[in-house]
Amino acid sequence: MQYLLVIVPILGGLIALALPSDRFRPWLLPLCGFIHLTLVLTILIQGAPDPGGHWLGIDALSRLLLLLISLLFVSCAVYGVGYLRFRLAWGNRVFVTCLLFFLAAMSLAALARHLGILWVAVEATTLASAPLIYYNRNRLSIEATWKYLLLCSVGIALAMLGILFVAYAAMPSDPISLQFDDMLREAAGYSRTWLRAGFVFLLIGFGTKVGFAPLHTWKPDAYGEAPGMVGALLAGGLTSVAFLALLRTMQIMIAAHEGVVAHQAFLIMGFVSLFFAAVFVIRQPDFKRLLAYSSVEHMGILAIGVGIGGIATFGAMLHMMNNALTKGVLFLSAGNIHRRFNSKVASEVRGAVSVVPLSACLFLAGFLAITGSPPFGLFISEFTILQGIFATGHYAAGAYFLTMLAVIFIGMATTILTVVFGTPLEGRKQTEYRDSWLTGGAPLFLLGLVLLMGIVLPEPVRRIFIDAAALVEGL
Amino acid sequence: MENFANILLLLVILLNFFILGSARLGACIRSVALQGAMLSLVPVLLHHGSPHSLILGGAALLLKGFFMPWLLFRAIRQVQIRREIEPMIGYVPTLLLGTLATAGAFIFSDQLPLIEAHKGSLAIPCGLATLAAGFLMLITRRKALTQALGYLIFENGIYIFGVLLSEALPLMVEAGVLLDLLAAIFVIGIVMNQINREFASLNVQNLSSLRE
Repeated sequence: MQYLLVIVPILGGLIALALPSDRFRPWLLPLCGFIHLTLVLTILIQGAPDPGGHWLGIDALSRLLLLLISLLFVSCAVYGVGYLRFRLAWGNRVFVTCLLFFLAAMSLAALARHLGILWVAVEATTLASAPLIYYNRNRLSIEATWKYLLLCSVGIALAMLGILFVAYAAMPSDPISLQFDDMLREAAGYSRTWLRAGFVFLLIGFGTKVGFAPLHTWKPDAYGEAPGMVGALLAGGLTSVAFLALLRTMQIMIAAHEGVVAHQAFLIMGFVSLFFAAVFVIRQPDFKRLLAYSSVEHMGILAIGVGIGGIATFGAMLHMMNNALTKGVLFLSAGNIHRRFNSKVASEVRGAVSVVPLSACLFLAGFLAITGSPPFGLFISEFTILQGIFATGHYAAGAYFLTMLAVIFIGMATTILTVVFGTPLEGRKQTEYRDSWLTGGAPLFLLGLVLLMGIVLPEPVRRIFIDAAALVEGL
Repeated sequence: MENFANILLLLVILLNFFILGSARLGACIRSVALQGAMLSLVPVLLHHGSPHSLILGGAALLLKGFFMPWLLFRAIRQVQIRREIEPMIGYVPTLLLGTLATAGAFIFSDQLPLIEAHKGSLAIPCGLATLAAGFLMLITRRKALTQALGYLIFENGIYIFGVLLSEALPLMVEAGVLLDLLAAIFVIGIVMNQINREFASLNVQNLSSLRE
């Protein structure tokens, strides 16, 4: 059944390619999305066969990632039906096809239990998402696509080199296996020098895709120029998938008793990312680019959580889900506001709450959620990570973490409050766009999930995160 | 056989320098093609013509030696450009940086613990040097096309390294390298066409409205 998670979206994509009608094609998105979600939920409830020894399989990390990808994709798919109605003139054959292939690639990455397959899947996500960023077909979106492709291709090539280095670490053995279970078993005997060098390349390579600073430069452009729903999938799904690749690397490093080096490297990446995010968030007038820097921040928080270890790793697993869902709320509602005002700069967009009340309220709530205000899920996850930081005696790091979070809160608030409140500027033409149940309902659903994550975490759901954290910790 | 492979690898490094110092696009594309074609011989030489290495070499020859150059030549014919206009860093400093990187690659690979069979092979320093040359080209050139060429050289470096492991690793990873190469250039080619239509030139400098 697990193979269906990849096959269904690929078939859906092929059907989308063949279907002649632009009007009916978008409905394939929710159709495939709901089938995918049903499959994931069935797997979560029934349990999957033991993945041991196979190239594809489902372990605790895959379960978390699949749930995350599926929930986010379903919401974006429903939103997409509403969104593509406004863009009928542009056609959507390539767009819908690529979205479905993108889902297939992300699912494959979640299922992969072989470094090579994981690498191919992450590469496929880049290729499938490039045409999505280009959807608006203007010079800015070309520039964004070009930067995205070039940086991510170089990143992915470096990751390939990292894999080859790690393979060389196992060298005298012939044949070398890149299957995770084999690697975890044999990692203790790997050559240290090669493994460490390989780890650095993997960290930089996949880190480019995750968007750690200073490798994040494609992010503001790609998120800023892509349609809102693509931004949501990139910031929530793609970055999480790339982070999964780093977590797999971490597993191998811990199995090789090199966990200390890996943890320190993650911490450095995390602290640098927080700093860059804080610097660029201040006085950022473009609210979509603002979200991109927020994404850099949260990837940094994830890295810090995993780098600290212990309870903070559990916090990071929670945070990955929370961040993905909240990024969905923010990008989808920001897309709606962008559409109504035909601009995404705070100097031109004012008083969104009076013209698109639902989207504006969702945007505001999403902002409160992403900055870690209670009662949303991110409050819990960030608090857990902070608890881990202090419990391990990193007091200076804890203070730095809190300061950066405060700076980012203030920086985001200035732009977002201007956009949401006030009165719309006189004399600026607005479009006819109004919130519909499709374009408003999807982010509302995601916000509900984020709120739920902050209030109740039933034991079976909690289990998913605990198991994933245990796997990353190498327990 | 080993010695012949080492001579080929030295030629590959020389080609790196030629490409780094050349302003003519046609010559650059031809050199990258030649580099790719020479590299397709390396797996055959290193693994003494095993069937697996023949397949790997054949695929590399077709892709790196013929298909990519054809695609790139088609692109410059369409856009009517011949020369790279002043790179960000001049040719002489680029060459100096390339020399430093090559020396660094040799020193670094000296530190790495090699297995017995690979002692005396130039594959690791040469792979790293080619990687560095490609990276240098990527960051110092302004045209989309020269950046694509830089990416190709960069990939060649990884290929050299991958060849060392090709017998011990399953075929899939090498297929990944080639697939990546094919797909990257394919998509980059499409994007380039669009840049061309929008700006009437392939100058990435025009792509600078998005910055802080």
